[in-house]
Amino acid sequence: MTALLALVRKDLLLYLSDRRALLLNLVMPIVLGAFFGYLFGGSGAAENARIDVALVALDDSDIGKKIAAGLKSDAALNIREMPLAEAQEKVRKGKLNAAIVIPAGFGDAAGAALFGAGGKPEIPVYYDPSQGAVLSMVKGILTQHVMQTVSAGMFDGPGGSRLIGDSLARLEQQAPADAESASLAQLLRSVKTFQERPKSESGSGSGGLSVPFATRDEALSSGPQYNAYAHAFAGMSVQFILFMGIDAGISILLARRQGLWSRLLAAPITVRGVLLARALSSALIAFCLLCGIFLVAALLFKVRIAGSLAGFAGVGLCFALVTATFGLLIAAYGKTPEAARGLAVFATLVMVMLGGAWVPAFLFPQWLQTITLAMPTRWAVDGLDAMSWRGLGFEAALPAMAAQLGFAALFGALALHKFNRDAKRTG
Amino acid sequence: MTPALLRVSDLTKSFGERRAVDGVSFRVERGRTLGLLGPNGAGKSTTVGMICGLLRPDSGEVTIDGEPLTHGNSAAKRKIGLVPQELALYEDLPARENLRVFGALYGLKGAHLKKRCDEALELVNLTERAGDKPGTFSGGMKRRLNIAAALLHDPQLLILDEPTVGVDPQSRNAIFDSLETLKRRGCSLIYTSHYMEEVERLADHVVIIDHGKVIADETPAALYRRLPAQAALAVELAQAPGEDLPRRLAELDGVTGVEHDGNGLRIGLERADGALPVLNWLAAHGAPPLHFSTAKAKLEDIFLALTGRSLRD
Repeated sequence: MTALLALVRKDLLLYLSDRRALLLNLVMPIVLGAFFGYLFGGSGAAENARIDVALVALDDSDIGKKIAAGLKSDAALNIREMPLAEAQEKVRKGKLNAAIVIPAGFGDAAGAALFGAGGKPEIPVYYDPSQGAVLSMVKGILTQHVMQTVSAGMFDGPGGSRLIGDSLARLEQQAPADAESASLAQLLRSVKTFQERPKSESGSGSGGLSVPFATRDEALSSGPQYNAYAHAFAGMSVQFILFMGIDAGISILLARRQGLWSRLLAAPITVRGVLLARALSSALIAFCLLCGIFLVAALLFKVRIAGSLAGFAGVGLCFALVTATFGLLIAAYGKTPEAARGLAVFATLVMVMLGGAWVPAFLFPQWLQTITLAMPTRWAVDGLDAMSWRGLGFEAALPAMAAQLGFAALFGALALHKFNRDAKRTG
Repeated sequence: MTPALLRVSDLTKSFGERRAVDGVSFRVERGRTLGLLGPNGAGKSTTVGMICGLLRPDSGEVTIDGEPLTHGNSAAKRKIGLVPQELALYEDLPARENLRVFGALYGLKGAHLKKRCDEALELVNLTERAGDKPGTFSGGMKRRLNIAAALLHDPQLLILDEPTVGVDPQSRNAIFDSLETLKRRGCSLIYTSHYMEEVERLADHVVIIDHGKVIADETPAALYRRLPAQAALAVELAQAPGEDLPRRLAELDGVTGVEHDGNGLRIGLERADGALPVLNWLAAHGAPPLHFSTAKAKLEDIFLALTGRSLRD
């Protein structure tokens, strides 16, 4: 026990004396967690980002002006009016997400098209190809404003009255009238009657087609409020703590190269004892790093362990064991410190990426989400998310803990097997 | 005969097809120093590895104080201190912390560990640098700390695997002073090296290994007796001797051989004190020496005599 404790103490002292490692493992995840957390929505208190869109308003009709005004007042858009050439240039350079062009005569053409008279006029929408998702949102908002304004103009405005009169005259000149034309003529007469009603009978204001529902948006989690920093800090913690695990494994390879390994084993202690000490110290460092990073996240970014604190500790401890055994695995199978480090960093980055540490795993395609369950990092990140912003109870931490313990057991067994095999071959 | 502290019996070890150690046997008596000699790759470090329990022999046995030494957590390992060839130190831990780690590996703790650390640091003259990291030490100081780390648990047998590699003469002397102190205190040593002069200075007994086999196992005196010349006399004459002078010189009592090259003569002597009569004889026969020097035969000469090869071949 004295030897084991001395080796653990030695590893802790060495780690604390290495400022570069501390900077990398503690400060970097905080910096990157803050950055990614801000990008993905911050602490949830800020308004959602508005989409920057250029508007080229070439239609000076009443309908065209109303569409432009509606777009400008939309809370989801940040509309900047400008000439066509400038709008195209800004979209091309990525300075604006999209540009909407309302062409001259659009209002009249759209009204005619609404009642089937004439072809549909086009609204050119230019967009940045890197912002594909934005195009759908802009088109949805544009459709809403165009439908509302054009239909209102057709039912209530002077232009609508003129258009309906023209359409009725055209239909009545057609002979013999087919059943479909007769029905349309009947509809237009009804609309004309509606337009000619005394305004006091209308009851409502401008009229026109509007979206027949409103949504009530409510974030749903057991936690107090979604905080993008919580996920970002979980992801970055996992990544940089695994980097610490790599360093721990590399330290064993360096010890073998420098003769320290033989020196240790010349003492009355087994390989298993030395490995256990290394694993314990790595796990302890990993857990302390996780707690330290989340403490900073709590103090500076309002991240809360809204779920079970015991569950958080459990997930953290199990991840610490994964980190420790991952380090042993690197030490067991690494040939040289240099080669092992490169390969281990690559493997870690893949694990971290697929584990949802950079981008939440729910954004992955379904098949990829299923595959990533084979990554210990996925369970670590999901477990930390569950205990932080999702605010779930201890029972929700159990699957993540069990999966991580399984990975830790697998890594540890593989490492021990290799060390034992090497000892039989050379020692 | 003094009771043996260490017995090495018929050790063999192969790495793949290559047999690194082939039936090596020797013993180390209590309080004595064994010089383990051989060229690079002779099998010294492999033998040391098996004695320390780092390598499992293919066959043979190592016993220390009558107790077989096994691989892993063997209690017999507590009786051995290893000073490896490499500087096996934690560069970023202060010297005292390094010693604390190695002492704790042998179960030392608390005040006893602190006392042993102080004593070891004092023995190797590093007390004043106890709080400094080895990264700031000279090569010689690191070597001394390397030795101190093996002494903490007061081993009965200290094994030093080429402990002076890469150190300056001053540090080498400091290391030897420490080892001679240990010798005087009754500690048994195994000292491996391919530097003849180091082994000559320390060893009571010499084992020479070549190609994994023991080719000599004797006291230094007995080894010297194997040589035709135990001393050499180098003489520079005023002028080149004729052919007759070296022949007549070689016939003198106590002279084992004569080589000449220009004005120089190299004369082998049975005994080191045979130089004066030879010098007098030269002066009396019209060849007074301008300069002369004597040299005792070295173990390198012995190796050459035993194997026909130089140690550094």
